[in-house]
Amino acid sequence: MTEASATPLLEARNIVKVFGALRANDDVNLTIMPGEIHAFLGENGAGKSTLVKMIYGALQPTSGQFFWKGRHVIPASPSVARHLGIGMVFQHFSLFDSLTVAENIALAMPGPHDIAALSDRISKVSASYGLPISPTAIVGDLSVGERQRIEIIRCLLQEPQLLIMDEPTSVLTPQEADQLFVVLKRLASEGCSVLYISHRLEEVKALCDTATILRHGKVVAHVDPRKETAASLARLMVGGDIHAIKPRVSAARGGEATPRLELRHLSLPADGAFGVALKDVSLSVAAGEVVAIAGVAGNGQGEFFDAVSGERPVAADMMLLDGVALGQASITARRKAGAAFVPEERLGHGAVPTMTLSLNMILSRHAVDPALVSAGVLKPEGARVAAERIIKTFDVRKGKPDPEARALSGGNLQKYVVGRELELKPKLLVINQPTWGVDAGAAAAIRQALIDLAVSGSAVLVISQDLDEIFEIADRIAVISRGQLSEARPAQEMTREEIGLLMAGAHEDRKGAAHHAA
Amino acid sequence: MELLLTLLTIIMTAATPLLLAALGEMVTERSGVLNLGVEGMMVMGAVAGFGAAFMTGNPWLGVLASIVAGMAMSLLFGFLTLTLLANQVATGLALTLLGLGLSALMGESFVGQPGVKLPSLAGVDPLVPFSLAMVAATGWFLFRTKMGLIIRAVGNSHASAHALGYNVIAVRYLCVLFGGAMSGLAGGYLSLFYTPQWVENMTAGRGWIALALVVFASWLPLRILAGAYLFGTISILSFVLQAQGLGIPSQFLSSLPYLGTILALVVISGNKALTRRNTPASLGQPFVPDR
Repeated sequence: MTEASATPLLEARNIVKVFGALRANDDVNLTIMPGEIHAFLGENGAGKSTLVKMIYGALQPTSGQFFWKGRHVIPASPSVARHLGIGMVFQHFSLFDSLTVAENIALAMPGPHDIAALSDRISKVSASYGLPISPTAIVGDLSVGERQRIEIIRCLLQEPQLLIMDEPTSVLTPQEADQLFVVLKRLASEGCSVLYISHRLEEVKALCDTATILRHGKVVAHVDPRKETAASLARLMVGGDIHAIKPRVSAARGGEATPRLELRHLSLPADGAFGVALKDVSLSVAAGEVVAIAGVAGNGQGEFFDAVSGERPVAADMMLLDGVALGQASITARRKAGAAFVPEERLGHGAVPTMTLSLNMILSRHAVDPALVSAGVLKPEGARVAAERIIKTFDVRKGKPDPEARALSGGNLQKYVVGRELELKPKLLVINQPTWGVDAGAAAAIRQALIDLAVSGSAVLVISQDLDEIFEIADRIAVISRGQLSEARPAQEMTREEIGLLMAGAHEDRKGAAHHAA
Repeated sequence: MELLLTLLTIIMTAATPLLLAALGEMVTERSGVLNLGVEGMMVMGAVAGFGAAFMTGNPWLGVLASIVAGMAMSLLFGFLTLTLLANQVATGLALTLLGLGLSALMGESFVGQPGVKLPSLAGVDPLVPFSLAMVAATGWFLFRTKMGLIIRAVGNSHASAHALGYNVIAVRYLCVLFGGAMSGLAGGYLSLFYTPQWVENMTAGRGWIALALVVFASWLPLRILAGAYLFGTISILSFVLQAQGLGIPSQFLSSLPYLGTILALVVISGNKALTRRNTPASLGQPFVPDR
């Protein structure tokens, strides 16, 4: 624990960072004491990543100063920061897929290049902190949780005094997250400070000693998270109340109603050396219900979405919509049959970054919306009107009338992409990571829209890594792990622990055994 | 025995320019830069090497000049693609066209002149053992040294390398320059040893074969060695067959080394996992550091 008299380990004073017209950081002050776990909270785009990048030397402040143990320092580059004793685990991993674990770590280590000796040290650290990893494994073959372990070990090997963690648990199962907290608490007890960035407020309350909250680039509060509630922290982050999702009476229950979407023993081979194969996936989604697929990233969610959306065709009778076999049908044919899809990546998959919003409207609706295209000829005016309508309904904030997709922030673009599909009231909506990297306000709006769609009689299939989100919106939950899907069960009957075990693969290959028993 | 030795010497002579150029391009591509201008750099190396040796009478100055010419061409390529972020494919193609045209212009007065041949040391051309040593050296450098690891890392994910604090652009410049030096040397080898004279367009597509070698050899030095020597062997065989007068069209026979080498390399690059692991994932993508 910290003492009031001690010198702060790191102090950021009056940090300003300007990107063009945007003040990403506006006079930010931050003080981290030795051995404390300091939460850094804020919505997406609040400027958290900008500040930590400056601390880590990847960006330079426009003005303001950093003090390390009371001494003025300029972290001019990541290697300077590392030399001071600052380590960082990135939100988007900075790893090299085709290199081994040891080679990846060697790239961040100063001193002589000796892979054999380094491998020994990796094994020692990984054993001592309970973070199992093989130094000779190729990173591309590892799960996301394992990749995070590499990043943590990479930091630990440099014996850092400050460890920066950018949303570390977003890719972990609940059990893996608990394990991580044990590691972080042990590090803190050994005197290493942790700067912990997260959206998950319950987690922050359980783990952190103090919290700094950022809104629109400004520090709005320093609080003790243990004395706050999740709701009060969220209010500080957003600057107002977040609308709670309206409770509802579910229109349908799985099994009773006729299924709208049916997947029958769907299998799909892995695509390339680093892909995941889908094995015997069966699931039905009825009209009026939300079914969620939980799972840790990289367990076949992408392949599952590809198979259902038609990006990769499967055998015709593996996928049925209202009883019609569509496994071989193209994406357009599936859209014409009443399905709509929202992929995980907004930029580059859900929308073309360099095209305007109205042109992006045409991309997914050209075959189903006569207002946009007639006889193969585009109707720009129709597209513009439709885009305007969605921008209004979903409160998409933008700089100019019809901007390029890449000019929007993540949350706003996601609202637009989701709105584009929802507006047509599809019979079936399949959506992958609906609120990934989206701020709390926009996330609540998107979740509400999904529930409203189900209430109006559509079948909604959500793939998500966020358990809070899943419990908030799902009627039934299935878990995917290594390409195998567990049986979908009513959400009220499931606990986090059960889901965690399923994420770790408790159901794998048991299905086969159950078949034999039956 | 005597015949075998002669054959081996001829094979080595045919394989060496390919080997030199391909090794250089391999290092360039390992750093994530696709330079399609190998042919252009080679032909500039050939004309510069011939010219320097012809005017000074010293073949070693010719070797030096060919290296410098290749590097100058690659520096132009680097400036256009790494600093000005021009498209690598288009720039590489333009570099080849530029090299072919410029070399023809520069070499106009050299046509038909007797060249200065690089002296053999103990019966072998010195660039042959040098090229073999470079196979070992590039392999050791890429897979055993920190700098080699950094090059592979930059080629695999330039964003990650940048996040770790490596200077992606500087690493790529060095690798592009190395590729230029090796291509230039390969061209010099042609005009100073292989056929010590200057003929317009004397590289005759060898730069393109070197490019193909790199890809089909999965960016691995030993496989490049195998590919280059296979090419050399089939070239000699097709000469022998032509001399036999078997009635096979000579056009077919002269295309045989190209066909045979590529076929063989396609077969050995069948190991998908190995290919995937060695393919530079950011090959051909321009890198812009974030703000």
